[in-house]
Amino acid sequence: MSPSEPAKKLTRKDFVSDQDVRWCPGCGDYAILATIQRTLPKVGADPAKTVFVSGIGCSSRFPYYMNTYGFHSIHGRAPAFATGLKLTNPELDVWLITGDGDGLSIGGNHLMHILRRNVDVQMILFNNRIYGLTKGQYSPTSLVGLRSPSTPLGSVDMPVTPALLALGAGARFVARSVDTLAKHLGPTFIEAREHRGTSFIEVLQNCPVFHDGAWDHVKDKKRTSETMLMLEHGKPMLFGDKDGPQKGLRLKPNSLELEVVTVGEDGVSEADILVHDETNRPMAFLLAGLEPPTFPMALGVLLREPAPTYDASVLAQVEAAKQQGPTNLDELLHSGHTWTVE
Amino acid sequence: MDTFPQPDQREALDSVVIRFAGDSGDGMQLTGSQFTHSTALMGNDLATFPDFPAEIRAPAGTTYGVSGFQIHFASHDIMTPGDAPDVLVAMNPAALKTNLGDLKSGGMLIVNNGAFIKGNLKKAGYEQSPLDDDSLSGYRVISLDIQAMTIAAVEEFNLGTKDALRSKNMWTLGLVLWLFGRDYQPTVEWLQQKFAKKPEIAGANVAALKAGHAYGETAELPSGIGPYEVPKAKLEPGAYRNITGNDALAWGLTAASQLAGVKLVLGSYPITPASSVLHALAKLKSFGVTTFQAEDEIAAVCAAIGASWGGALGITTTSGPGVALKGEAIGLAVMLELPLIVVDIQRGGPSTGLPTKTEQSDLLQAVYGRNGDSPLCVLAAATPGDCFYMAIEAARITTKFMTPVMLLTDGYLANGAEPWKIPKMADFEPFEVEFPTERPEGFHPYLRDPETLARPWAIPGTPGLEHRIGGLEKHFDSGNISYDPDNHHKMTKTRAAKVQGIAKDLPEQDITEGDASGDVLVVGWGSTYGAIVQAVRRAREAGGAVSHVHLRHLFPFPRKLGEHLRNFKKVIVPEMNNGMLSKMLRSEFLVDAQGVNKIAGQPFKVSEIEAAIAAALETVQ
Repeated sequence: MSPSEPAKKLTRKDFVSDQDVRWCPGCGDYAILATIQRTLPKVGADPAKTVFVSGIGCSSRFPYYMNTYGFHSIHGRAPAFATGLKLTNPELDVWLITGDGDGLSIGGNHLMHILRRNVDVQMILFNNRIYGLTKGQYSPTSLVGLRSPSTPLGSVDMPVTPALLALGAGARFVARSVDTLAKHLGPTFIEAREHRGTSFIEVLQNCPVFHDGAWDHVKDKKRTSETMLMLEHGKPMLFGDKDGPQKGLRLKPNSLELEVVTVGEDGVSEADILVHDETNRPMAFLLAGLEPPTFPMALGVLLREPAPTYDASVLAQVEAAKQQGPTNLDELLHSGHTWTVE
Repeated sequence: MDTFPQPDQREALDSVVIRFAGDSGDGMQLTGSQFTHSTALMGNDLATFPDFPAEIRAPAGTTYGVSGFQIHFASHDIMTPGDAPDVLVAMNPAALKTNLGDLKSGGMLIVNNGAFIKGNLKKAGYEQSPLDDDSLSGYRVISLDIQAMTIAAVEEFNLGTKDALRSKNMWTLGLVLWLFGRDYQPTVEWLQQKFAKKPEIAGANVAALKAGHAYGETAELPSGIGPYEVPKAKLEPGAYRNITGNDALAWGLTAASQLAGVKLVLGSYPITPASSVLHALAKLKSFGVTTFQAEDEIAAVCAAIGASWGGALGITTTSGPGVALKGEAIGLAVMLELPLIVVDIQRGGPSTGLPTKTEQSDLLQAVYGRNGDSPLCVLAAATPGDCFYMAIEAARITTKFMTPVMLLTDGYLANGAEPWKIPKMADFEPFEVEFPTERPEGFHPYLRDPETLARPWAIPGTPGLEHRIGGLEKHFDSGNISYDPDNHHKMTKTRAAKVQGIAKDLPEQDITEGDASGDVLVVGWGSTYGAIVQAVRRAREAGGAVSHVHLRHLFPFPRKLGEHLRNFKKVIVPEMNNGMLSKMLRSEFLVDAQGVNKIAGQPFKVSEIEAAIAAALETVQ
C-alpha cells in the first residue's frame, strides 16, 4: 500500500492498543509484534487506514494488540475476509496474520487462492511447526517423527514447505525471516508493504511451550553464518564465517540442483557463485526448499515479480462498465421485452 | 373430415396448461420460454414451471434425461403453473412415458412419432409402440413425424441430418404457436439475434418455426382439435415484463444497494439453482456491482462479510448445501453484528439431494442452523416477482439492525416466470446508511442504539474510530474481549432482543385471503403462495370458512400472527418439507398446527391443498 502521510509523526506507542498481550512468556510472537509496531511509524503508516485481519490460533490474536483496525475472524478464512474488504476499499493497507495450522491446514485453500489472484495485502505466516492454542498437536509443517499429543508414536505426515507452496500457487512476492532477527524482519516487512499484490512472508517463530527450539538448527547463534543465507538482489549467494573460508551456492554441473561450495577450494572462485535474482522464479523454487543441515536457510526476498493486482483489476472493470452504462435502474427494469396493459 | 376453421372461428378457452417434454438435448426449455414470451405479449396472465434433470446431457432417449417446461396461461389472473396439462408435447417415447400420467383425460397429445423407433422405445421401457396399440385412446392424439418435416423444412441450408434435427423444437413451437393463435415474429427476432453470427443456423430455425406454423394452417387436423384462442387477461394497467425469481432477486439486490447508498459486493460460488443470480449480477457492473466468484462457499460468505465491514452491502447467494458450509461464518456475522444478506435458493435435500428440484426444507437450518445462540432475521419471497421486493426488505433490515438476514427462495421461484408489473424506483423509500465519522465520547464498536440495539457501522479508513472486532465474546460496556459469565448471558440476551425487536419495525401480519376468524386457517410461506391462494379461493367459493395467512417474515414472526392462529378452529400448514414451519408455530404459539407435507421435489398442486382443506373442514364440522 502506498503510505499516506498522517499529520503528526507517529511512534511505536501510537500502534500499541490498550489490551494486555496474552501470549506465553518467551513466545516469538512478542518479537514480531514489536517489530511491526516499530516499523509502521517509520514508513508513515496511518493507523486509520491500516487493517490487521487474522484467523484463529495464537498468532491470530495479533490484531487485538494493534491500535489500528483489526478483525479476528474464523479459522483459516482470513484471506477471504481480506479479499472482500479490499474489493470494497482498495485504499486500505491490509495485513493478514496467520500460522502454519491456520494458513496451511484449515485455510490452505484460501491461501492458495489469494496468492494466485494477487490481492494487494501482506500475508505473514507465523511458522512454529506446531498447534499452540489447542495445546501442542503436530501441524502441517511439523517434521516426520514429531511426538505430540495426537502423534504419541511420532508423526508420519510429510511436512509442507510454506514458501514452496506459495511459489507453486503463483505468489509474486515471497520472503522469509526470523522472529528474533528484528533488523532483518523489519526491513522485510517494509519490502512486503511496498510490493503491490499479495506479499507472502514466512516468519520462523518459536513456540517455547509446545515446540521449543524448532528452529534452533537455523537460529543457533554460534552457527548462523553456516545456517542462514541472507539474500540480496544482485549479490552472490555467499555465507559462512567471515574469518573462515567463504561458502556459496552454485548450480551443480549438468543438473538443476544447488550445491554448497567453498570459495578457493577445488578451483571455485567467487565468480562461480550464483548471483541472487529476485525476479527469477525457478531460482526462487530452488532456494525455498533449502534447509540445514545440508544447506543454509534462505532468508530475505526470494521472489519479487510485479503483476496487476486482483482488486485493482476487478475495480477497473467496474469503473469501465460504469462509463458505458446503463446506470439507471428504471431503464434496467424496462430492458428487453415489455408490454403495456391499458 | 371437417374443413379447417378460419381464424375467426377459433374456439375461445379460459385457461390452458401446456407441457413441452423431450430429451434434455431437445431444447424444451428454449421452446417453453419462447412460447412464454409470445404468450405474455398476447396479454395473458401466466405462470411457468421448468423441470429439468441435474445431468447436463443425460444419455439420449432415457427417462431420466427428460426435460420439461410447463406453462399455464389464462384470460384471468392465475397463481400456479397448473395442476395437470391440457396439452402434452412429447418429443420421444421417454418423454411420453414420464409425462403421460399427468395429462388430463381427453387432453391433447402431440407426439413426434419419428422418434418412436425400436431403440428409443426400449430405453423408455415400452414393449411395443404406444402409438400402435389403443393405450392412448383416452387422449386426442396428433401423431406427426416432426423430424422428417423439420429435415424437409431446412433442406435448403444443407446442414446434415444431425444439425437439421436441432431445429425440430422450433418446428414444434411453430405448430403450438399456431394452435393457440400466438405470433411467431418475436421468436423469429430472437433467433436472428441469438444466431447473428451463424446466419445459416438462424435461417434453419426460422424456416422450421414457420414450417410448423404453416403446417397448422394448412394441414387438416382431426376434428375437435384447435385452433384456440385465449383472450387477454384483465391485469392491472401498467408496463409489464416476464421475470424469473433469480432475475428479480439480482435486480432487487442492485436496487437495494442504491436505496441504501452503498455499493454491492457479492461473494458467491456456483451452485444449482443459485448460479444464475451470480451471472445476472456479474452483468450489472455498470451499477457499481462487484461480484467475486470465490474458491468455495465459505470464502464466498467470508468475502461478503469482509466487504460489509468495509462499508459495502455484503451478499452471498447459494443453496442449502452452501448454507451448511457457510454456517460458521454466518455465526461470526451474528457475533460481529454486521450487515450480511445470505440468499438460500432452496433445493431438494439433504446432502446433494435433488439439485434441480424445488423444496422448502432449509427453514430450520436458516432459523437455527448455527452453533451457539445465534439468532438472525429470516425472510421468504412468495412469488418470482416478490424476490425483487424481498431483496430490498432484506437490505433494509440488515442495515438498520446490523444483523445478518437470510432470504429464502427456492428452485421453483428461481426458474419460474410470471408477468410482472414493473415498479418505479421513485416509489421506493430510500434507507441511506450512515457511517459514523466522529468519535463519540466513550466510543467502542458495541455501543448500541437504544431503540434498535444496533451497533454503529464504523468502517476501516475512518480516523479516530480504530477498533478491533472478532468472533470472541465482547464486553457489553467496552467492546473488549470478555469471558465474564454474566456478560456472556447479557450479550446473548441482547443479540436475541435485537433480532426480536425487528418485529416492532414490521407491519402486523395481515390475512392474505379470507376473514379474520373461521374454521380453518391455512398458513404458508414462500413459493406455495399461488397454490394456497387458489385452493383457499375455491374452498371459500364452496362455502368453507377458510382463510389464508402467508408469511414473508419468518424470524422474527410479525406481530398479530398468534392472534390469527387462535381465531381459527384448525390450522394447517402446507410445506414442501417434512414439517418445519408447523414446528415453529407449535413451539412459538402452542397451537395445534397440522402439517400438509409434500416432499416430492415438485410444487403443490392446487388440488392437493384443496383436498387438505376439505379434510380439515370435515374435522371441525
